[in-house]
Amino acid sequence: MASMISDFDESAHRLPEPKRKKLRKIETVNQDQAKNNQIRWRSLAEQQIYSSKLVEALRHSRRETSPATISTRSRAVRETADKILAIAAKGRTRWSRAILSSRLKQRLKNHKKAKAKSKTAAAGYSRPTNPAIGVQKKKLPALRQRTRVLGRLVPGCRKLSLPNLLEEATDYIAALEMQVRAMAALADFLTGFNAGASNLAESSNRLEMS
Amino acid sequence: MSSRRSRSRQSGGSRITDDQINDLVSKLQQVLPELRNRRSDKVSAARVLQETCNYIRNLHKEADDLSDRLSELLETTDGTSAQAEIIRSLLTQ
Repeated sequence: MASMISDFDESAHRLPEPKRKKLRKIETVNQDQAKNNQIRWRSLAEQQIYSSKLVEALRHSRRETSPATISTRSRAVRETADKILAIAAKGRTRWSRAILSSRLKQRLKNHKKAKAKSKTAAAGYSRPTNPAIGVQKKKLPALRQRTRVLGRLVPGCRKLSLPNLLEEATDYIAALEMQVRAMAALADFLTGFNAGASNLAESSNRLEMS
Repeated sequence: MSSRRSRSRQSGGSRITDDQINDLVSKLQQVLPELRNRRSDKVSAARVLQETCNYIRNLHKEADDLSDRLSELLETTDGTSAQAEIIRSLLTQ
């Protein structure tokens, strides 16, 4: 997607008008797609599909391994949620592809080497920053610095040009909002479910005893 | 960042235009809860980027908190598979 536009950028230099028109067409197609994506992320249907896939994936991952500590379990839930979110994006965006490919790289690392490297593996798609570069950053103009920070926050978008980064960020935000909505709804539901289940157990105990 | 920044005033016009950038920035502004109701000519691009970063960080934090909550809830909910089936069927109604 993004690379297609950059290819056209270069060719537009040399070729006459017709190529330019094609460039605009590709841009509007992308904009329409972006609009459609925005609508999708905000739809209830998409949220429900995500929720059910999430529940299934969570069950599956809990059956496979039962991690010992609370933080590892929580981390596993977050990673599952991110993975399902990336899949829901259907490969249309860079951030979603980056999430899935970094996970694959993680798995290969874990198979080959011992868990000594667990720190980098657990970090997922964020990398440690060099403090020397941090000092240098303050001299950059505000826009450039903020662009860099944003590039680090959106997965797989560190070296993206500004317009592409803005597009990715817009889509990523809409997707994250849906993720949060779905997870919150699921948590509320489970809370109610648990309360209901324990009530049921209590009352059935009372029935048995009487 | 590379030299392909939008601010380059090269001739040819096939480079990414400022208009395009402004358009994307204003679209992003509409998505941000902090800046949605302000006029776009009063909000600088740098401000939009900053708010975007803050907002994404907030969303990440919310997702982490919810993951904590969910992992606890799933521990206690982990009863029979019948319970999980009920959950799934109720969610897909």
